[in-house]
Parts: sequence; structure tokens; C-alpha cells
Amino acid sequence: MLLIHCPYCNETLPEAEFTYAGEAHIARGADPSALTDAQWEAYLFHRSNVKGPHYERWRHLHGCGRFFNAVRDTVSDRFLTTYPAGAPRPDLAALAVKVPE
Amino acid sequence: MSRYRVAGRGRVDTGRAIAFTFDGTTYRGLAGDTVASALLANGVHLMGRSFKYHRPRGTVAAGSEEPNALIGTRRGPGRFEPNTRATMQEIWNGLEATSQNRYPGLKFDIGAINDAAYMLFSAGFYYKTFMWPKSFWKRVYEPFIRAAAGLGVAPREEDADTYASRYMHCDVLVVGAGPAGLAAARAAAAGGLKVVVVDENAEAGGTLLSEPQVHIDGRPAWDWLAAELAALKGMGVAVMTRTTAIGYYHQNMIGLCERLTDHRETIPADMPRERLLRVRARRVVLAQGALEKPLVFNGNDRPGIMLAGAAQTYLNRYGVRVGDRPVVVTSHDSAWHAAFDLQEAGARVQAIVDTRTEVHEELLGKARALGIPVRLSHTVTATSGRLRVSTIRVNPVESGVVGAGQAVACDAVLMSGGWTPSLHLFSHTQGKLAWDDERTTFLPAATAEDCVIAGAGRGLWGVAAALEDGARRGAEVAAALGRGSTPAALSVAHDRGGSGVSHIELPTDRDPARAKAFVDYQNDVTAKDLRLAVREGMRSIEHVKRYTTNGMATDQGKMSNVNGLNIAADALGRPAPQVGLTTFRPPYTPTTFGVFAGYHRGGHFEVTRKTQIDAWAEARGAVFEPVGQWRRARYFPRPGEDMEAAVSRECRAVRNGVGIFDASTLGKIEVVGPDAAEFMNRIYTNPWTRLAPGRCRYGLLLGDDGHIRDDGVIGRMTRDCFHVTTTTGGAARVLNMMEDYLQTEWPGLKAWLTSTTEQWSTVALNGPDAAKLLAPLVEGVELTEAAFPHMSCAECTVAGIPARLFRVSFTGELGFEVNVPAPLGPRLWEILWEAGQPHGITPYGTEAMHVLRAEKGYIIVGQDTDGTVTPFDAGLGWAVGKDKPDFVGKRGLARPDLMAAGRRQLVGLLTGDGSRLEEGAQIVLDPKQPLPMRMVGHVTSSYRSDAAGRPIALALVEGGHGRMGETVYLPMPDRTIAATITGTVFVDPENARLKI
Repeated sequence: MLLIHCPYCNETLPEAEFTYAGEAHIARGADPSALTDAQWEAYLFHRSNVKGPHYERWRHLHGCGRFFNAVRDTVSDRFLTTYPAGAPRPDLAALAVKVPE
Repeated sequence: MSRYRVAGRGRVDTGRAIAFTFDGTTYRGLAGDTVASALLANGVHLMGRSFKYHRPRGTVAAGSEEPNALIGTRRGPGRFEPNTRATMQEIWNGLEATSQNRYPGLKFDIGAINDAAYMLFSAGFYYKTFMWPKSFWKRVYEPFIRAAAGLGVAPREEDADTYASRYMHCDVLVVGAGPAGLAAARAAAAGGLKVVVVDENAEAGGTLLSEPQVHIDGRPAWDWLAAELAALKGMGVAVMTRTTAIGYYHQNMIGLCERLTDHRETIPADMPRERLLRVRARRVVLAQGALEKPLVFNGNDRPGIMLAGAAQTYLNRYGVRVGDRPVVVTSHDSAWHAAFDLQEAGARVQAIVDTRTEVHEELLGKARALGIPVRLSHTVTATSGRLRVSTIRVNPVESGVVGAGQAVACDAVLMSGGWTPSLHLFSHTQGKLAWDDERTTFLPAATAEDCVIAGAGRGLWGVAAALEDGARRGAEVAAALGRGSTPAALSVAHDRGGSGVSHIELPTDRDPARAKAFVDYQNDVTAKDLRLAVREGMRSIEHVKRYTTNGMATDQGKMSNVNGLNIAADALGRPAPQVGLTTFRPPYTPTTFGVFAGYHRGGHFEVTRKTQIDAWAEARGAVFEPVGQWRRARYFPRPGEDMEAAVSRECRAVRNGVGIFDASTLGKIEVVGPDAAEFMNRIYTNPWTRLAPGRCRYGLLLGDDGHIRDDGVIGRMTRDCFHVTTTTGGAARVLNMMEDYLQTEWPGLKAWLTSTTEQWSTVALNGPDAAKLLAPLVEGVELTEAAFPHMSCAECTVAGIPARLFRVSFTGELGFEVNVPAPLGPRLWEILWEAGQPHGITPYGTEAMHVLRAEKGYIIVGQDTDGTVTPFDAGLGWAVGKDKPDFVGKRGLARPDLMAAGRRQLVGLLTGDGSRLEEGAQIVLDPKQPLPMRMVGHVTSSYRSDAAGRPIALALVEGGHGRMGETVYLPMPDRTIAATITGTVFVDPENARLKI
């Protein structure tokens, strides 16, 4: 079971308190009706499915209830960092080997 | 004393005899024995039959890696376990053990015919043989395979035991209580850390239990061990025995299975059989030691042939001589010591056969001194003996040429092909392995987990090396956690280290194609099978594994993986490190389903949510059904009524008088805030801005892909407060989706969401008499058509209870839903029930509710929709606020495929012959078309309907809205049913019945 740091509660807690919520930084356009079919398709369905650091969303469902973002290495299954929803993508190089205690 | 018990040896209690049965015969062992050691003490080697060939088999190991000696154990009804390792099961008075996979008996087994047909059953046999005809797969081949192959028989009775589960936290978890583990624990605990040591055996000590000759710190090993365990206890270290680390999961979470009762004669009341511990450790020390490798030679599986280290354990730990005239066959020094120990315990070792040309002079000298014949540069080419090995054929090897063989009579063969670190838990961490040329095996290298490996687990042989490495690793771990400690160095005497060489199959002078040289004993995989797999095109070790099933048995390849790899690598002509090892998977040893289930069984298997009114329904004899986690009253049968009769009566009561229904399970979400209406506008398809407080609207929720996700009636209680209802099963999902959009897409909106499902008891009254019944009880609202029209809501009191009253209908009749604070639900229900008596009030369940709503064409999301249905497909286009600039799903609805012609649309179906259709039945346009027919839709809902006077159905049909009046066909196994496409409303299309 993974340990996940909730950036709002500022605590590292077991995975059972959290739910996964898909890839992060996929913004819904301000005016979806103005988007082309291809753009809307990309928003709905296209995901990066990376091998390595993956930007993704989690929700501290059985805690504060808030959504936040995380960078998780899909190879090692380690969280490199977590940060509040709405914050910009963290710089990957800066997080290189920061493994949570 | 039993024939093979050796006085003065072993840790068993000679003062406490224990009687148990094996296949109905009573045997005597001693307290401290396992089934295997007690049987061996009685001269019984034959303990089982093999998986595929039903070959007679005996115990080959002395620990949890045992592949052969699998038995059934019984302790009264509901306490039978198959596939127990005889080497791990401790004996107690009255234990009933039985052998497996044999008929009619262990000594004569009909299935042994498979052994004669050996050539037929080679690798890939199932894939090649059981292919055609396809019709034979299920009826002929599978029963045949299941009957012929297999291990124990699954128990049929309910498990009478209970199982517990717990969390545990510690600074350092040490897996393995051998010298390395104990030394590591001592060093870590000296730093003041919380340390837990676990070991799967009944006693801590590991290899020290089998090597009493060792002296540590000037004391005999067992004295040192006792003192060390006491010292650890004094330091607060928990040493847990009979506790297996079954899996190593993310971020140092280890699963432990602690066995509490299987070794006890009587089970203390309320004691669980096993306990699952989920341990989160800051650091883990893996000190699991090493496993001995068998040698691969023709006939290496007869009862009496076992690992040399196992024989040593039986002698030194259990005081059992495994034979009087053993032959030792080895490529490693360690087996020589087994020979010496047995000779000193009264056996006459017939020969030490070593494949090596040179062996340390010290060993040769000792063999000479003890009078043991030694044959260097020899190989083994055959064995004989049906139920117990009786001879072994040994041949000299010179410059790679195998000379003439000579049979040596014996009653046991002790073999050793060297040692393999136990890598299982390390592999669970996805740890990388590195090939070690000197030891011709894989050693643990890097892992992402905070874990270190100590002792034989990383290829260090001998007690001294294990103690030293354990102490160093323990100190290292303590330092990593900020606690320094300098472990004292221990002096070790009479240690047995040693080295050896590694082999593929032993060289032979016979046709290798006829050899039965077993690599995986439990799955009956031979060296020949592995080579055949490579010949037939398997290149990856993963393919070789699956094709031959090598390493796939319940022992997870503990004894077979490295031998299998070496042979496959040889056949492939590639070096072993390039071929690589297959993955070991959890659990480390077979683990009961019970311990995984823990408390989650019977009534606790899953949460059952009950409404406040559930007890009333139960007292009235309601039949319940699960809906999500809820249990809901399905119908209320009167004496003599079946479901159909009860549902029919309940429906009639609602249409003709008044019915009362517990709707408390409906999901409820309170949406409040100055931007609540704007939030609702964006989430639901419908427009909400102009909905006046005190009014309700049917709300439809889509995903951004345009497909229906949920629906429900939503009341605007005040300008800033919406009372949202969802489907019973969808409440949590809908709230999550709302929170997602609110928090991450529109964080600026001032709206707040609260789940109120369990805050309200909801009682629905439906039927022409509903207003008459309710009106006298309501204060604050006048229940007239003018003052409180259909789709109204209000805060008021009902029978003096503060309530939110909704005028809504899911039946097509005049209807009200009364929401009161949840605990007051039963009181409201009783008052309505009393007040309704003059009106013949009738409780109805979910089944009648389904019929009534289907008669009106009201959909159930998830039954009439399936995640691909749009509002337009479902005939709910009127609920879509087309003028709103945006809502979740608006852009999705404009996707080309969602607007294309020929989509499946919801329609009604009436059968020509008046039969009731089956839900899920497929629909075709032309029943005479050739197979496979083109299916154009399926039935989603189907009921008998008294109100319609005939069975009715809803269905999704391609272009259905444009096919009104057309006939479609439903091919069933016995006949084809014709049905006419109609609208979805079967009763009161004018909605006249909704009026007061």
C-alpha cells in the first residue's frame, strides 16, 4: 500500500484514504463549444500513459475531501511530490531523487 | 522410542509422546515434531503422490520449501485443510493427517499409469492434445484433466475457524530469526529502536537449530541462542514465531500471517486460527537465508531421496535418522557434514559421491577417519526402488566421459547441489538481481525499498559470516534511522562454511530423452521438458516457465527456479544472466483464504446499509434485495402469495388507493451558496436559474462525453439551497463528480456540497388517495392543485415533525415524498400507516416500484441506460437546456457519433403473443437471416403489467424512434418472439392521474 502526502492536510497517509482521479493538467476549456471535434476528443480521451514520472490527480476522499496533483513514477510506483490543484507543474529535474520518508 | 529416533539428539521432548494418525494408521512422535519428522522417525518416507505422474514421493526438504509431502489435515467438521506441508505441520494428540492425489491408496495408486505413459505427458502436452474438437473442451477434456492431475481436494464444509487482522508499526522489521536476523535485531535494538523479528518456524534460531556443534562466544549454539533470545526480549524486541512474511508491498508494507492454533491440541475459546498483520516498517532487514538446490539426475524423486541439509535438520533438530544406509551425492562441501553427522549418529554411510575432482583435504580426512567410502568425479545415472529408494547407480566421469555404472544399495540418498539465496521477498519489491559467477546464482542487488539483506540471503555461507553480516546490517539500519550502535564481534567455533560447484543435469551414460530427472517436483517438470520447450521455440524464460509450468506450483519455484534457469540457459546456448530469472510472486508460501478474508465473512462480508424503516419492513415479512450496499424491501408477501401475486397486488393498491414506500435510500446532496444555481446550471443539463424556490425539476446528469450518468428530482428549497436527489447506487459517484468540477474546474464558484443521504428518512405516498391521507397531517402547506402543484417542494411539518415535502411521482400516480430527520422516519411511517388504514394503505417494495415506473416509461439509469445512451436516445431531449452556454456534456452531445443516425434509442415493446420478454434479450429485424444475425438492440426492462393488461417492455433499438409500429424479433433458445415497437408510456399518457 502506497503512502501519499496530502498537500492540504500536510500529512503522509496510507493509500486507502485516497482515490485516484486520472491524469492531471488536462484543463477543460473555458468554452468547450468553441473547440473543434479533434480538440474535444483530445480533452476527453487522449492520455499520455507515460513510463516514468506521471502527473496525476488524487483525492483525499476519506480525509479533507480535496483534489490535488501528484507526480508519481510509474516504474517505481514512488510519489516524487504532491501539490495543490491549480498549482503549476513542478520542475521534474528539481525533484530528481526526493523519496518521501 | 521409534526405530529411527536417535537418543541424545534433537530438540524434541522425549518425555512427551504424541499420537496422531496418517492415512488411518496411528503413529507416535514427540512434542516438537512435525508430521514429516515423526513419520520419518517411524521409517515412513512415502508421504504423497506427484501431481501429474502420480509417482510415489517422500519429503525432500525439512522446511516450508517442501514440494512433495503435502497432506490433508483434519480437526473435526469444518477444520480440514488440503496441501499442508508435512514439514511445517506440528503434531498434536489426535491430529488426523491424510495423503493426497492417490486412489485407492498411497501404496497402490491407479493414476500411476500416467507414469508409464510418461512420453505422452511431456511439456505442452495439454496444449497439443486437448485441442479438437472444441465441443470436448468442457465436457470431456476438462473433467479428465481435473481428475487426473491435481493436489488436494478443496474442503466442502464452511470453515469453522475465525481469522483476525491487525496493523503494526515498527522501526525495523527483521524477516528470519536465524543468526543473521538475530544479530541484526540485536544491533538495531541497541540503538533504542522498536524492532520486530518474524520467523515462519515454530522456534527461532534458523540454521542454529540444525547446527548444534557451533560454538558462539564460547558457548554451544543452543545455549547462546537461549541467552540471546532472552536478551532480545529484555531489550523489548518482539520475536514472533510461526509467522510468515508472505509478501513485501509498497513502501515497506509487509504482510505477515501468524499461525495461532494449528499446532495446538486444544484451541482456546475465541482464539482466531490465524492473524494477518499489515506491518509498516521504517526499515526492513531480510535475513531469510538460503535454500538448498537438489541435483538433477534420473530418478531423483524416489521416497528416501532428500536434500542433505534436510537430513541434517531431521537429525540435529528432531533427533531422527532418515536412513541407516544413506548415500550422499553432492557438488558442495556442506553435504559432507551431513554424512559425518549421520555416521556419528549410528548410520552406515555407504558412500559420499562428489561430482568434483578435488575436495578439501580436511573433508577427505574426516571421511577416512569415520570410515566412509568416498567417490570423487562421480555422477549418478539411475536409482531404483518403487516406494523407497533401494539402490543408486553411480558412474565415474573422466574428461567428460561417463564410465561404467555400479549400483550401490542404500535406504536413503542425501543430495546437495549447493545453495540459493531466498530471493522471494526481495523480488516482491521489484528489486534487481545480479548474477554471481562464483556461486552461479543470482544475488540481490538494488531495490527502491528501504531494505537491506543480511547473511546467506546475499550469498554469505556459514554461521560466523551470518552473525557478522547481520550485526553490520543492523547497525547500518540503526544509523540510517539516526541511532548509532557498535555491535560486539562474536567468536565462532566449529562453523561449517564451504563451497561447491553448480550443475545442470548430472552427466549420464544413458539416453537423456528417457531420463526422469525432476527439476520441479511439485509440478512434475523434468529437465527433458525444459529442453523440449526450448526445442519447440520458447526463447524467453517466461515462456519456458509457462509452457512447462516449471516454478508455477504452490512452492513458487523455491527449489526449482535456479536449476530450471540453468538448464534452459544451457539449451538456449546463452549465459544464465542473459536468460534471467522469472518473477517470484506473493504469497511466499500458500496462505489460507481465511486469513485474507479476516473479519469480512458472513454478515460482515460487506457493509449492509439499512434505512431507519428497515425494521418495520422486516417485521412485516418483507423480502429484501441488495441495491448497491443498501438492502431494500423488494415486496411484502401476504401468506400464500408468491412474488408475482404480491407485486401485482401492491401495484393495484397504488393505482387504486394509496401505497407507502420507503425511499430513504435515494442519494441526497445539499447544494448551497450564492452560486448554487450557477453550479447546478453547469452540472445538470437542465436550466435552473428561473426555477422558483418551492419548485422541483427532473435533473439529468451527463458526463462530458455526453452520456447519461445519473438522474433525480431536485428541489429548490430557497434561492441558495438545492435539495438534490440521485439514484440509490449513484450517490457517492455523483458527489465525487460534483466535487471534482467544483474544486478543479470552477474553484471560483461559491457553492458547497454536503451528502445528506443518511440525514433524511424519505417516505413516499403514491396513489389517488395520497393527498386525502396526507393533507390533514400537514401544517404550513395546503395540499391543493393550486397551492402545491405537481413538482412543488416546501418546508413544513408533517404530523408535527419538521419535514421537506415534495410533490413528485415515480409511479404516474399522485405522489408525495416526505423527508424528515432520519431518526424520526419510523415515527412518521407509523403515523402515516395508522392514518392510511381507512384508505387501505399498502406498503410496496422496489419490485412494484419498478413495474409502476416502467408503465409510465420512467427510466432507471443503469438499467435502461448503459453508459452509451444520450438524453436524446432515451427520449429525454426535453430535459436538455439547449440555450445554456455550457453544461457538463453539452459539447459531448455535439460529437459527430452522438448525433449520427442509427443510434440505439429507447422504445416500448409489446409482444404479439402476449408473452413476457427476458431482460437482456437481443433484437433482430429479420429472423430468417443467416447466422450470425445482426443484432439491433436489446430489452432493458420487462414486466407483467396489470394496468396495461399485458406484459410490457422497454428496449434500446437502432433508430427506434423512427420505427414506431414496426415488428422486430427476439430469437430465444426455443422460439422466436415477434414484438411491436411502441412509445415508452403504457399508462396514462396524458398524466391525468398526477392531479389531486
